Amino acid sequence: MDEWVVGEGRVISLEARPAQSNFWSIASPLLALAITVVIGALIFAAMGKDPIRGLGVFFWEPIKSTYALSELAVKATPLILIALGLAVCFRSNVWNIGAEGQYLIGALFGGGVALTADANTGGWIVVAILVAGVIGGMLWAGLVALLRDRFNANEILVSLMLVYVATYLLTYMVYGPWKDPQGFNFPQSKTFEKATQIPRLIDGLRMNIGLIIALASAALLWVFLFRTFRGYQLQVGGIAPAAARYAGFSSRGALWTALLISGGAAGLAGALEVAGPIGQLTPYVPAGYGFAAIIVAFVGRLHPVGIVFAAILMSMFYIGGELAQSRLGMPKSLTGVFQGLLLFALLACDTLVAYRLRVRT
Amino acid sequence: MTSKRALLAAGLSAALLATLVGCGKKEEPKKEAAAPAAAPAPAKPEPLKIAFAYVGPVGDGGWTFAHDNGRKAIEKEFGDKVVTSFVEKVPESADAERVIRDMASQGNKLIFGTTFGYMEPMLKVAADNKGVKFEHATGYKTAENMRTYDSRTYEGAYMAGVIAGKMTKTNTLGVVGSIPIPEVIRNINSFTMGAQTVNPKIKTKVVWVGEWFNPPKETEAATALINGGADVLMQNTDSSAVLQTAEKMGKRAFGWDSDMTAYGPKAHLGSAVINWGPYYVKATREALEGKWATGSAWWGVKEGAIEMVNVAADVPADTKAKIDEIKAGLKSGSFHPWTGPIVGQDGKEVLAKGVVADDKFLGGVKFYVKGVEGKVPGDK
Repeated sequence: MDEWVVGEGRVISLEARPAQSNFWSIASPLLALAITVVIGALIFAAMGKDPIRGLGVFFWEPIKSTYALSELAVKATPLILIALGLAVCFRSNVWNIGAEGQYLIGALFGGGVALTADANTGGWIVVAILVAGVIGGMLWAGLVALLRDRFNANEILVSLMLVYVATYLLTYMVYGPWKDPQGFNFPQSKTFEKATQIPRLIDGLRMNIGLIIALASAALLWVFLFRTFRGYQLQVGGIAPAAARYAGFSSRGALWTALLISGGAAGLAGALEVAGPIGQLTPYVPAGYGFAAIIVAFVGRLHPVGIVFAAILMSMFYIGGELAQSRLGMPKSLTGVFQGLLLFALLACDTLVAYRLRVRT
Repeated sequence: MTSKRALLAAGLSAALLATLVGCGKKEEPKKEAAAPAAAPAPAKPEPLKIAFAYVGPVGDGGWTFAHDNGRKAIEKEFGDKVVTSFVEKVPESADAERVIRDMASQGNKLIFGTTFGYMEPMLKVAADNKGVKFEHATGYKTAENMRTYDSRTYEGAYMAGVIAGKMTKTNTLGVVGSIPIPEVIRNINSFTMGAQTVNPKIKTKVVWVGEWFNPPKETEAATALINGGADVLMQNTDSSAVLQTAEKMGKRAFGWDSDMTAYGPKAHLGSAVINWGPYYVKATREALEGKWATGSAWWGVKEGAIEMVNVAADVPADTKAKIDEIKAGLKSGSFHPWTGPIVGQDGKEVLAKGVVADDKFLGGVKFYVKGVEGKVPGDK
């Protein structure tokens, strides 16, 4: 364990706790949030802004009205879906870093179906768009599983590199075959027909049924992880691969299951995004959700409920960062500062849940 | 040893905090001053709230920086009659609509979106906010409360070309392109045609980076062009990376969108700048006076929107005189860079002798002129 010499012969060291407090393993994310808030307030004060107003734009304005909540949902929905899938992977010890690519291929497949619609197409096409998204994401994650399974290729590298391939595929399509012929050569598809619009929950607000799908997925994942034998197998494989082998649980099966679930979820998020708030294919579909979701998954403790809250919190930071600019004239970097603070505080709290500081002389 | 690491970490976080504090203080006085100044005079009408959505950081030194100078021009012109605000680094994704909608809901009555990718989001928000005027840069879709504006950057590119044609020793120019839309292709062509007026042997090489703002990629592209023999570079991207690369490698280059002299004092041949101020002031005045109407504006040297500034001292006097002559011609309307004969890459004439290209022709330029090497991406 690390040791720090602090002078006068005193040594601070981290020592594993014999038993971890149940209370603190649940309370540590809340404590981390509290620490983030306190340091955040200090930053606002140091910059000469009213800390209450500063915190208000991050923690109150994003939830204060139906409209604000709807926008929060728009931002959080893809994060929840992708992070849920990633939680399955990470719990099974499968390191899928390429959710962004699976999200993109889902968007591409969903967008491809949406482009076939014309003025007479019925609302059923939404189902086809979402299914296409899931298939696209699964296909892209399936590539990772295949390469890992057949050639023992490192899934971290393969999944990450496939993100770039996916980006180039999207670029190729919007510069080439799917470019809007009326678009003055701008690299983007035509805007999708009305029928392809993912049904909204409330008229006039952008929040759509994706939110319901995401929340239902969280519930489903909870059942899968904690109430099914398959979910149990996956997790044993993740925590103790040797024990899983001894029990006869297939590690290949776990690899494929985890990646297909994760890819499908990311692909679904992609389809929901292009046929929802974006409404066309552009080179700007990759917005980093696939990477942000990795943080969401870990802040949410790889637990479905935790992930929902973590996604909401991350979205609040994104939106708060924009509001801090327009309301208070503060720099955009504040979003990154808050996200970094939260992660740092969470890691520090987790360390102290598992270890204690000892000062020896 | 470990304590050193802890010290370092503490030092770093202190430095971070100091930077943040520094940033905040710098911005603060102007912002705070603008808001309360209007408050204590209830007799005066409410100030017009104006908001800007920027695609890049204001500190990019190029595109967004130039727009922010335009915003400051509004503040300078109208003082306490307006309150301006901006949100920077707004992605051209689903996020843009939220940011722009929020601007409208915050009581902004005039909203500027300064990149092409905001077109669809702005249209959606404009449809729901009839009382708000929307100004979209570089797009082509309008509505009754949304109009477009752009600047004739090709005029700056043409003047840069004249200087480049004179200063090159290898007869090879290089352009770092962003996205192959007509505007950028037109600038590459204009740069080449300007150079050919003083040096018929000119060849222009192009490297596309596929993005507007990506300094590492722009640097890579500039390096590739220089290694390929180009000794004078221009860019149609948003950062100063190309100029900085030329400075490092002992070649020459131009500033683009804003005056970039400071980024490469030795390499700098001149900056083709966009001055958004005049248009922004005009739009604000129209909104204040209730005379705002939809349409599309395309401003150039004539309206004071395009300039070639800080031409390097070692550029010969006759070239400088030629630049002044071009400027005068553009101002009076007696000269247009796109006057035939213009010959395409394949040797076929695209514009007959004496014919002046109209804006429709210019808006659809998808071909390279003779002298540009390679082919337009996506072309068969």
